[in-house]
Amino acid sequence: MRLSCTVNGTPQQVDDVWEGESLLYVLRERMGLPGSKNACEQGECGSCTVYLDGLPVCACLVAAGQAQGREVGTVEGLTPAGAAPGELHPVQQAFLEAGAVQCGFCTPGLLVATDDLVHRSLAEGRKPADAEIREALAGNLCRCTGYEKILDAVRLAADRMAADPTAEAAR
Amino acid sequence: MSTPTRTPSGAPAQMTGAGGRVGDDAQRPDGVLKVRGEFAYSSDLWMEDMLWGVTLRSPHPHARIRSIDVGPALAVPGVYAVLTSDDVPGEKVYGLELADQPVLALDVVRYQGEPVALVAADHPDTARRAAARIVVDYDVWEPVTDARVALGHPTWNQLHDAPAEVTELSRESANLHPHGNLVRHLKVRKGDPEPTADVVVVGEYEVGMQDQAFLGPESGLAVPGEDGGVDLYVATQWLHVDQRQICAALAMPPDKVRLTLAGVGGAFGGREDLSMHVHACLLALHTGKPVKMSYNREESFFGHVHRHPATMRYEHGATRDGDLVYVKATIYFDGGAYASSTPAVVGNGGTMGIGPYVVPNVHVDCYGAYTNNPPCGAMRGFGSVQTAFAYESQMDALAAELGTDPVELRCRNAMEQGSETPTGQVVDSPAPVVELLRRLEAMPLPPDVPTGDDVDLRDMPGGVSNTTHGEGVRRGVGYAVAYKNVAFSEGFDDHSTARVRLEVVGGEAVATVHTAAAEVGQGLVTVEQQIARTELGVDQVTVHPKDTSVGSAGSTSASRQTYVTGGAVKAACEAVRARVLEMARSVVGRPVVDLRLDGGKVVSDLEGVALPLADVLGDEVVEETLEWRHRPTEAVDPETGQGFAHVQYAFSAHRAVVDVDTELGLVKVVEMACTQDVGKAINPQAVVGQIQGGTAQGLGLAVMEEILVRDGRVQNPSFTDYLIPTVLDMPPMRVEILEYADPHAPYGLRGVGEAPNISSGPAVLAAIRQATGLPLTRVPVRPEHLTGT
Ligand code: FES
Ligand code: FES
Repeated sequence: MRLSCTVNGTPQQVDDVWEGESLLYVLRERMGLPGSKNACEQGECGSCTVYLDGLPVCACLVAAGQAQGREVGTVEGLTPAGAAPGELHPVQQAFLEAGAVQCGFCTPGLLVATDDLVHRSLAEGRKPADAEIREALAGNLCRCTGYEKILDAVRLAADRMAADPTAEAAR
Repeated sequence: MSTPTRTPSGAPAQMTGAGGRVGDDAQRPDGVLKVRGEFAYSSDLWMEDMLWGVTLRSPHPHARIRSIDVGPALAVPGVYAVLTSDDVPGEKVYGLELADQPVLALDVVRYQGEPVALVAADHPDTARRAAARIVVDYDVWEPVTDARVALGHPTWNQLHDAPAEVTELSRESANLHPHGNLVRHLKVRKGDPEPTADVVVVGEYEVGMQDQAFLGPESGLAVPGEDGGVDLYVATQWLHVDQRQICAALAMPPDKVRLTLAGVGGAFGGREDLSMHVHACLLALHTGKPVKMSYNREESFFGHVHRHPATMRYEHGATRDGDLVYVKATIYFDGGAYASSTPAVVGNGGTMGIGPYVVPNVHVDCYGAYTNNPPCGAMRGFGSVQTAFAYESQMDALAAELGTDPVELRCRNAMEQGSETPTGQVVDSPAPVVELLRRLEAMPLPPDVPTGDDVDLRDMPGGVSNTTHGEGVRRGVGYAVAYKNVAFSEGFDDHSTARVRLEVVGGEAVATVHTAAAEVGQGLVTVEQQIARTELGVDQVTVHPKDTSVGSAGSTSASRQTYVTGGAVKAACEAVRARVLEMARSVVGRPVVDLRLDGGKVVSDLEGVALPLADVLGDEVVEETLEWRHRPTEAVDPETGQGFAHVQYAFSAHRAVVDVDTELGLVKVVEMACTQDVGKAINPQAVVGQIQGGTAQGLGLAVMEEILVRDGRVQNPSFTDYLIPTVLDMPPMRVEILEYADPHAPYGLRGVGEAPNISSGPAVLAAIRQATGLPLTRVPVRPEHLTGT
């Protein structure tokens, strides 16, 4: 089957996609975008979280065909196009500075989930409270950090993005 | 040699970075790649024309293979190879300490999930479908699933014809002696063999099987070389021990089997043993094409060893005043089907099995056994995590019996510098057990159990499931303290190798550090840079990709890399520095006594000299390669367990605060606090990260994590059924770091990673016990243990 969709703002077309392939497999193995991770491939860990038409989903649970004609956003698209080399999205920067990245396998999914949470909260004119952060990230497993520094990173990102309303959602 | 296209920048990353020195919160050099999704983990590797390898595994925990018919699989279009043990050209068994595990099943399978055959095909689904068509005829046998049964088994040699007793921990050569289902028995005998005491408490404890549950699946890419050899890009903890085992299986010399570390998505011990390493190499060599293998989560549960389940019986005797008189313990570790690191686990469980306390009379028997359960081996804190649940539970029970405070009892009996361990070793560096506990006590407690209509359900056990508004909820506070050996023990030749180069690049002096030490997420690459910056006074430090073109660094385990590879990097930097200072002296043209490297310059305060390092170096490339060892340890006496077994101890303590819904048996951990002596925090932010992460894994074992094995079969090989803590399960944490230098270690540092994983679970268990008044002798604690249903 042929699959056409937009990934990180760029139209993509791939041929010979098998029926059983997930969006995650197609991104990683056919489009050369392995940033979204494959920790469980059963919808339990969130490491594969991507935007699909602006909503975060587990790419491992989305059949490739379901992405036909739709907009996909992955961790590789978080840094805005045209950004200076070395420039990072505020969520990426916050995760780095807070020490929220150890092995980093959970990181891509967490970055997308955090980006979504912070933008939703800021759209309502506030920063996410701790309990909301915990709820929003409950589907993203991390085995290395114990989550404390991930919470620090989300708070830091929210503070900075609140102060700089021009930061664009990657969705 | 062709390299995979999807490694960072065409080849594994040369990671350069400027920034912090020893003691700073330096940022990780791989961090930017990781947050951009560009860091190439082992499962991300890709090459034009590569094949996918999959593994057919035994569905039975114990069976004889009558025959294997690979014909139907070979007939599937798209299949390039189907291999069985007949296709293994060299040694057909391998192992870390004892070579007892088949690369592919020989005549008998000994655990559910044992690899039987391999398939390579042009699509992973094709390979999986083909594997399902391999016909294996099994004669199914009764599994032996209890360590104690295995040790007393009437047909003693049923599981292994010639397993070995290991009297010395040697990963390089194991002398095999026919011995049956016993992998190792460690005896500790100290003091009076028949002691008596005023007060005696006896307890039996059980610890379930925990999984490392690293997120990055076992995976890698094997690329056949033009010289007939193979290049393997893989996620592992010790490249050289892998290389040794792969060479034996392939019957190839080391120069033909080259390993490079791919990005590692966590390890925690689960990558010490081989998984897909030999398999991918066999398929690549057989097909002449690059072969990628990547387990899915279910296969991962069968693809690596787990933490040993343990059953333990302890007897503590004390005076009326609370002085420990004796401890007797019998500890059984279920090692599963193959030895893996069981000998070392038994070593730790036995030598440190009574905790960081001074006890004059000790009698410990610690056993590791073969069974038909999943193989167990290394996991963070091994041997000590299990026993800590028992000895800390005993300390609480003894305190209750004596009517004294549990922290007071611990402090009264605490080990300190100069104390003697049960193995007769004098603790010759700071051992601040009392201070760790006192500091915890002094920390403020979180607010009381919320009550009333305005409770936030998210603060309640059961959360938004709305199971309680505070009715039936009881608060408990528990303490635990633990210690653990750092680095390899019992006479093992534990060393690391570092190559350090200093040269001028683009007008600036740049250092390159090359070691084979596996970065698994802990931040060793950051530490390597910090040490080079500190010792060579430069800003830019490049970390060379980790591979086997430099000597062994030893394993990324036992909390040892910052100590041992850190020590090697420091020593190699010192050798480079000595040569550079010599060059500077000839530039100055007269002897200068106080030359040093700082800020990219050669500096003398006395003479007021400050030469740019780049000028001193010119075109010269100064490179030194050194092997570095910590002071030697010794094997313990086989009859008494006495000996200088461990090079260093790490100490940590935890306080846990929990709320328990006693009607439903639900536990909410409200807060964790940890104190740990790290000697010297090379990177404080990373140290705290290790403590927080270790705390989470200990909490997980206390209240939720267990691989359920019934009749040798794993019941829950998925993240749906094997639960690890989420952000909702983890409470806020307080961490206090102490820095009492160990005079024997580089910078005075102590290994950090494991200790907090050991003390956290027992503190949670103690808190639940305090909240409920129940004895609770098994972890993980399940709701039915709390409600009695
Ligand atoms: S990989 Fe998709 S949720 Fe785990
Ligand atoms: S950093 Fe390793 S899983 Fe989160």
